[in-house]
Amino acid sequence: MAHIELNNELPGIRGLMAFRPETEAPLNFLAETLLRDDNNTLTRGERELIGAYVSYLNDCFFCQNVHGAMAGHYLSCDINQIDSIKQDFNTSDISDKMKALLSIARSVQKGGKQVTETQIEEARKNGATDIEIHDTVLIAAAFCMFNRYVDGLATWAPQDRDFYTNRAPQRALEGYQSSVYK
Amino acid sequence: MPHIDLPKDYPGIRSLFVFCHETAVPLCNLVQVLLHDPHPTLTAGERELIASYVSNLNTCKFCTATHSAIAKHQLGSELALVKQVLADPETAPISDKLKALLKIGAKVQLGGKNVTAQDVAIARGKGATDIEIHDTVLIAAAFCMYNRYVDGLATWQPDNEEFYDKMGAQRKREGYTPASINIKLDDQLRTS
Repeated sequence: MAHIELNNELPGIRGLMAFRPETEAPLNFLAETLLRDDNNTLTRGERELIGAYVSYLNDCFFCQNVHGAMAGHYLSCDINQIDSIKQDFNTSDISDKMKALLSIARSVQKGGKQVTETQIEEARKNGATDIEIHDTVLIAAAFCMFNRYVDGLATWAPQDRDFYTNRAPQRALEGYQSSVYK
Repeated sequence: MPHIDLPKDYPGIRSLFVFCHETAVPLCNLVQVLLHDPHPTLTAGERELIASYVSNLNTCKFCTATHSAIAKHQLGSELALVKQVLADPETAPISDKLKALLKIGAKVQLGGKNVTAQDVAIARGKGATDIEIHDTVLIAAAFCMYNRYVDGLATWQPDNEEFYDKMGAQRKREGYTPASINIKLDDQLRTS
């Protein structure tokens, strides 16, 4: 049961957004810009993967399943493959650039000061640009917010993981701003 | 030195806002709603205190100094009071409700699941409403983002009390629009 009376039955962050539309607007605007804006050299799938990975590190069931399903949808892989990337991205079949960016994201999850020069150099060596490094840090930081918001108010999350994969295509099509209450 | 090539002369998050305008807009919109826009019950000063308290727990110098200065101006108090809250809310001269909310903020800083039903019950017992509890959790969570953003890219964070104080006065007047935030350090020192 959530820590506050939300007056709706929506799961996860959607219940919080329906409770407080004033903060819903900038939060979804941020998610839309970070994860879905096509003026970006990281694909939507790569950006969702960063979100899913950080949510996994923060142990946020709702967010890691929402964004894991989104990543799977964009990258055309199933939830088991996403799970194995989250558990050990170094041995998974993703680019060296993505491995370097996920390593930066993992440090951000622990705290901003954990990101090292060496990690940045490694990402650059594998072709990451300044804006890609910037976006990786900000996506990882943003999920440290979203995850704390969702778990800090003890929202409920559907336990059937098909719920998340079934919703992913519709959300990919409609984006974050228009699919909240559906 | 910052991890990426950021515009010189702009400290902290400003350098990131100038570097990437696309993400600056939603980030400014969010902090405007959380800390500056009229709130049903929490004052801007109380909300700024939550922001600076969490930033201090995350050891983010720029955000702590910034929001401490804004809290000072919004509360019409001395900076010493803000520093007292940061050091130990329990013994600071603030309401019991705000103490309970800051305790929730500290739990959020450690991780969302640390907030217990008892923490929430205590806050409610001191008069906190559901919206106040909600906003406290979201402000604390949001500063776990802003702090990581500012430190994760190793932005320039000057020691300059006058700079932060002038920013605090200006932010109280003008709020958090990118235009009012994206000012070079030297120009900020010339604001009233």
